[in-house]
Amino acid sequence: MPALESAQKIKAKFGDLISEPAEFRGEITVKLADAEQITAVCEFAKGQLGFDYLVDISSLDNYGDDPRWTVVYHLRGLKSGNELRIETSVSEEKSELPSVLPIWRTANWHEREIYDMMGIRFSGHPDLRRILMWEGYPYFPLRKDFPLAGKPSELPGVAFTRVTPMEGGPFVTVPSSDEAVQREPRVRTPEGAEPGISDKWLVRK
Amino acid sequence: MRTETEIGYNSKIEGDVVVTRVDAALNWFRKNSVWPMPMGLACCAIELMAVGASRFDISRFCSEVMRFSPRQADCMIVAGTVTYKMAFAVKRIYDQMPEPKWVIAMGACASTGGMYRSYAVLQGVDNIIPVDIYISGCPPRPEAVLDALMKLQAKISTQPVLENLMAVKALQHH
Repeated sequence: MPALESAQKIKAKFGDLISEPAEFRGEITVKLADAEQITAVCEFAKGQLGFDYLVDISSLDNYGDDPRWTVVYHLRGLKSGNELRIETSVSEEKSELPSVLPIWRTANWHEREIYDMMGIRFSGHPDLRRILMWEGYPYFPLRKDFPLAGKPSELPGVAFTRVTPMEGGPFVTVPSSDEAVQREPRVRTPEGAEPGISDKWLVRK
Repeated sequence: MRTETEIGYNSKIEGDVVVTRVDAALNWFRKNSVWPMPMGLACCAIELMAVGASRFDISRFCSEVMRFSPRQADCMIVAGTVTYKMAFAVKRIYDQMPEPKWVIAMGACASTGGMYRSYAVLQGVDNIIPVDIYISGCPPRPEAVLDALMKLQAKISTQPVLENLMAVKALQHH
C-alpha cells in the first residue's frame, strides 16, 4: 500500500524518532518521539513523499498520563490519494511544539484552534490567538478538567459566561439498534458510577 | 346586525370615513406592518428564509421587508444559537432599534439554549433582551413562525399606545 511505503520511507530517514507504522482499518499511523522534529518530518513528507494537503491537526488530552498532550497531524497526498497520520506527544510543563505553518499555510487556524481549546502553544506561529472563544477568556474549554457546563467568567464589554443548568446531567443516547424509546436521550450513568451523581461525568478529579 | 370589530366601520352608512379609537387605529397600523430584523445566527435562519420565500409567504403579513438595519425594523427575530461571544452584539443591535419594538425568539436555541448545554452557548436570548414570543422547534416549521407572527399581531393589538405616550411625556416634563 503506497501509504505504508511512505511511512516506511519516513522511518528509514528519521530512524529511531519514528515508531513502526501501525495500521488500523486501512489507515497508517506513525508516532514521532520528539515533537521538536515535527517540522523536519512534515517537510520531508510534503517535499519528498507528496503529502501536500494537511487535512487536520487535532489534539488529545491524556488527563492523568504523562505526557499530557498528543498532537495528531492528518496528511493526504492529493495526487496519489494516500493518507498518513503522524502523532507526537508534548508534556504539560512544556505545552509547546513547533508550528508547521511554513509547510502548510492551512495550519494557521488549526493551530489557533488547538491553542484556544487546549492551551498548547505553537512556536513560530505569527498570530497565535484565540479563534473560537474571545481574547481574554480565562480557560481552555476542551481540557478534561474543564466541566461540560462551563465556568462563569466576566469580561466587561466583550462577553460573559455562566454555568449552564444541566438539569440532572447530560442527556445521552445509546449506540445501538434498539427501538427509539430505548435510544431516547436521558440521564444515563456509566458503568460503576453511582446513580444520580452526574458530576463524575463532567469533571475528572 | 352589529359586528364586534375594533374599528366599527360599516361602509354603506358611513361612506369612506372610519371612526375609531386612536389606540385601535395605531395598533392596527403597527400589527399589519411588522418589519422584521432577522437576527439569523444559525440553522433557523434558513427556515426564516423559507418563510420569506414564496411557499410560506410572510409577505401576506406585510413582513417581507426584512430590514437588516435595526433602525428601520420593528421586530427582531432571533433565529439561531446565541453564543456568549455573540450575546453583546445582539444586545447592541436590539438597543439600536427604535420603539415600539418586539422580539421573537425562534427555535429552541434562541428560547432556552436548545440542545447546546455547554460553556459557550447563552441559555436563552431572554437573558439579555425581553422576548415577546417564543417559538419551539429545531427548526420550527415555517407555519409555526407564521403562527408566532399572528400571535405577535394579537399581542400588539392589545397594547395601550397612548398611555405609554402620556407617561413618557410626563417623565420628560419633570
